[in-house]
Amino acid sequence: MSTTTVATDQKWWSGGRSPFNVEYGKLMMWYFLMSDAFTFGAFLISYGTIRFSSNGWPDANHVFQSFPFLGSGLPLLFVSLMTFILIVSSVTMVLAVKAGHERRKADVVKYLFWTIIGGIAFLSCQAWEWTHLHHEGAWWGSNPFPNADGSLSTTTNFSNFFFTITGFHGFHVFSGVIINIIMLIMTLTGVFEKRGHYLMIEKAGLYWHFVDLVWVFVFTCFYLV
Amino acid sequence: MEHTIDHSAEKFEAKNEVMKVTIILSVLTIVELALGFLMYKMFPEPGFARNFIKGTIIILMLSKAYYIVAYFMHLGHEIKNLIMTIVVPLILFVWFIIAFLYDGHSFNVNRNTYDRYKNEKGQPHQMNPNAVEEKAEKPKSVE
Repeated sequence: MSTTTVATDQKWWSGGRSPFNVEYGKLMMWYFLMSDAFTFGAFLISYGTIRFSSNGWPDANHVFQSFPFLGSGLPLLFVSLMTFILIVSSVTMVLAVKAGHERRKADVVKYLFWTIIGGIAFLSCQAWEWTHLHHEGAWWGSNPFPNADGSLSTTTNFSNFFFTITGFHGFHVFSGVIINIIMLIMTLTGVFEKRGHYLMIEKAGLYWHFVDLVWVFVFTCFYLV
Repeated sequence: MEHTIDHSAEKFEAKNEVMKVTIILSVLTIVELALGFLMYKMFPEPGFARNFIKGTIIILMLSKAYYIVAYFMHLGHEIKNLIMTIVVPLILFVWFIIAFLYDGHSFNVNRNTYDRYKNEKGQPHQMNPNAVEEKAEKPKSVE
């Protein structure tokens, strides 16, 4: 009931303005992210379905237990680093968006730069992890890891889902980094200054936070649960 | 929910809010990792404790998602129309998750009951923990 009262008071739907109170591009970014959420949701739910239908599944703590230069036997450590890198880069992106809102060009440049560095650091970590797992014999269609109960795994579902889903997420991070680099170039060349607003940074920011959001789910589903 | 239409408040609060949400997200992540580590060290065997910890981790995951969407993506400060147009379709996930995981489980039960010879050789073979350690070491020796 309160919804309709608010809507009539504000006359959101009587025309002449966006009923969502945001510009077109931002609304469409939201719809894109919603559809992307369904794509990732479908991936993760199919992973869950197959895992629920299997008798055995590898233990993440035995699979993901290595850290560069520190050797193995360290479960959760490397993925914690990756998670914190992504959270920090999300925070710098919030600060870049905020600086853009207040039209402080120098701060936008600074924070976008750090966001890009964070994204590249995350991708490097992922590249290391994929290389390491590949050396252990894991790839699409090949799973060297035994099930958690000690029996040999007879399917390659675990590797297939791991590489497909983290790969799809990594591709999102990669495109996010590219978008952020474009935003940085546009800021440096004064495009937004001329335009009079930095709304484009907000849309890039939404995409970047979504990438962080998806990682929250991927991280939990593959490494913790 | 009611004060989401108020746009004047968002400017002063913004800086503190970023700090607050950063701290909340970091703390939730650390708790998740601690629970994951606890599960690895204390409860290696499947059972109630493990499922309980997993459930807790999933609740923490959802609260992290809430903080990212509501504060970092700023959805909490948008008007209700925008919140609803994004959140309502996502309710489909409730059906999506329940239906598919239930289906996966029932597929497992059916195969184990009626189609054993085709099933992957999962559970009953080696249940002694030494075998687990031995098998787990294998990838390293390959390297």
